[in-house]
Amino acid sequence: MSKKPFRPDVDAPAYHGAYAPYDIIKEGTIALVVVALLVVVLATLFGSPDERAITIKAWSNADPIDFATTALGELNGSTITASYGAPYNKASQGQALGPLHLAQWAGVTIPINTVNDFVVNPLSSVPGDPQLHAALAQWKGASSTERTTWVANYTKGASKMTWSNGRITVPATNVGPVPTMINQLTGMARTGALDQALVTGGGFYTTNYTKPLMFVADGTYLANLAQKQHLLGNQWGMMNETGSYPGQAWLWLYTFWYQVAPFNSSTNADVQVWAVMMLLSLLLLLVPLIPGLRSIPRKVKVYRLIWREHYRSV
Amino acid sequence: MTLLWSLAALVPLDGLGHYIHWGVIDVSVANFVVIVLMIVTFVAALFLPFPGRNRRRGDQ
Amino acid sequence: MTTEIDRQWTTRLRKRAAGKLPPEKLLPDTQPAYVASWIYVFGVTTIAALTMVILSGVILAIRGPQWWHSSSIGHFVNSLHLWSVEIFFFAMIVHLWGKFFMAAWRGGRTLTWMTGVVTFLASVATAFTGYVSQTNFDSQWISTQAKDGINATGAGSIFNVLNLGQMLMWHIVLLPLAAIVLTALHVLLVRIKGVVPPFDERAGADQ
Repeated sequence: MSKKPFRPDVDAPAYHGAYAPYDIIKEGTIALVVVALLVVVLATLFGSPDERAITIKAWSNADPIDFATTALGELNGSTITASYGAPYNKASQGQALGPLHLAQWAGVTIPINTVNDFVVNPLSSVPGDPQLHAALAQWKGASSTERTTWVANYTKGASKMTWSNGRITVPATNVGPVPTMINQLTGMARTGALDQALVTGGGFYTTNYTKPLMFVADGTYLANLAQKQHLLGNQWGMMNETGSYPGQAWLWLYTFWYQVAPFNSSTNADVQVWAVMMLLSLLLLLVPLIPGLRSIPRKVKVYRLIWREHYRSV
Repeated sequence: MTLLWSLAALVPLDGLGHYIHWGVIDVSVANFVVIVLMIVTFVAALFLPFPGRNRRRGDQ
Repeated sequence: MTTEIDRQWTTRLRKRAAGKLPPEKLLPDTQPAYVASWIYVFGVTTIAALTMVILSGVILAIRGPQWWHSSSIGHFVNSLHLWSVEIFFFAMIVHLWGKFFMAAWRGGRTLTWMTGVVTFLASVATAFTGYVSQTNFDSQWISTQAKDGINATGAGSIFNVLNLGQMLMWHIVLLPLAAIVLTALHVLLVRIKGVVPPFDERAGADQ
């Protein structure tokens, strides 16, 4: 009868040594009490962070030019949302992992048309404003070529956009209803009505904040606040928390890749980093099956500290 | 009821954090402290003697 | 001779379960003498922290996801939840380091190692859904950033991190269930297989 060779990194020796009393329920109870006390002490000492959510109202009042510029970007298709691709629209192929366009294959399942969803529809919900309704009628009655021309002309002058006396002004001609739409949307935003329109546009109840969040993230206000809190991607932000609180230290390796080449300058960084992390997670999962990797503990001999009593008695 | 008044954090950590920069590494002091504590705890667990009773019950 | 009762699913399941894990193995009163290091407490500490996470989460659930913004008791319970999560990951990773250096997968314990790794990954996902459910600036920022990573894989087509309702339900229903089931499997495997023996350092040892 052939005996299988003993593989020290795979097999465990049979144990014929001594056993000692060990009260696992008592140990568990002590652990629970100690952890509970520690948690109460930490919560009492340090509390937890709660930076208030920003609103489109806060953003548009703090920086009406940035808001209006973003609204224009939703019309001319230059914002992140407008040019994103799947799952929001077909404006781009999205990120690629070699030949694989995973997002594109998954399709448009959260449709966002930034022209209608972020500008025209919210404005259409405003009652009793004849000037606005005339502008919207002009927009809706125009051909797509006319609309593109108006928006392009307005965009040409947008670098000289000013804000004064509650009005956005852009030096441009042949712009149709676009100045009225941008001005009215900015006014709507500043009252808080746009926050509501983006959330309740689909009905009374919602727990889905996709549209207002995408709109807000298209501007610079949210990112500027995040930068002050050291939360940007290139600030290792994924690991960090607002204020001086500890964050998510366990994400160190995930965020690390974004700081180094080639990922730090890649337009496909997100899918590439995901692929790397999936691979590393798989390696961690399969350690017991990977020769070399599974030999490290035996070679490094940290175990001699853990089992020193055992080795002394053997 | 006085317990309720002491529920606000004694040392709130709401001020902007401090960061340690070392080459490409940019870590918050809070996270750095957590990581160091983890390593210290691991090393301490390896070295600290474990209270054992040497009653042996023989082979089982 | 097998009787009709012997052939029942109930009887067969009970005998199989009891055979694999009799009460004295499920709740043993001794351990091998080599279980004598502080490194061994981090598994149970992780479970203790998970218990605190769940208890504080249950209290938060009683008053709903907005409670902690306007109530000082609510904020305190949120703090309990945050710090028990920090301790949970702290203990779990120290436990992982210990188990790695013990090569704890040896002797047919591969599945124990694997359930541990999957539990770790599920915990990261659970924490993430919690972070985007805070209904504050942090969740606004984290969700608008994380969407890019998740969208890039195609998973964003069904897992919408900007959808608070969806994320909250993953956080309080689906992922805790997964974490609890995985933890239970992991612990039962440890009980079934026993704690991994030390490396045999005697010369010529092959068994």
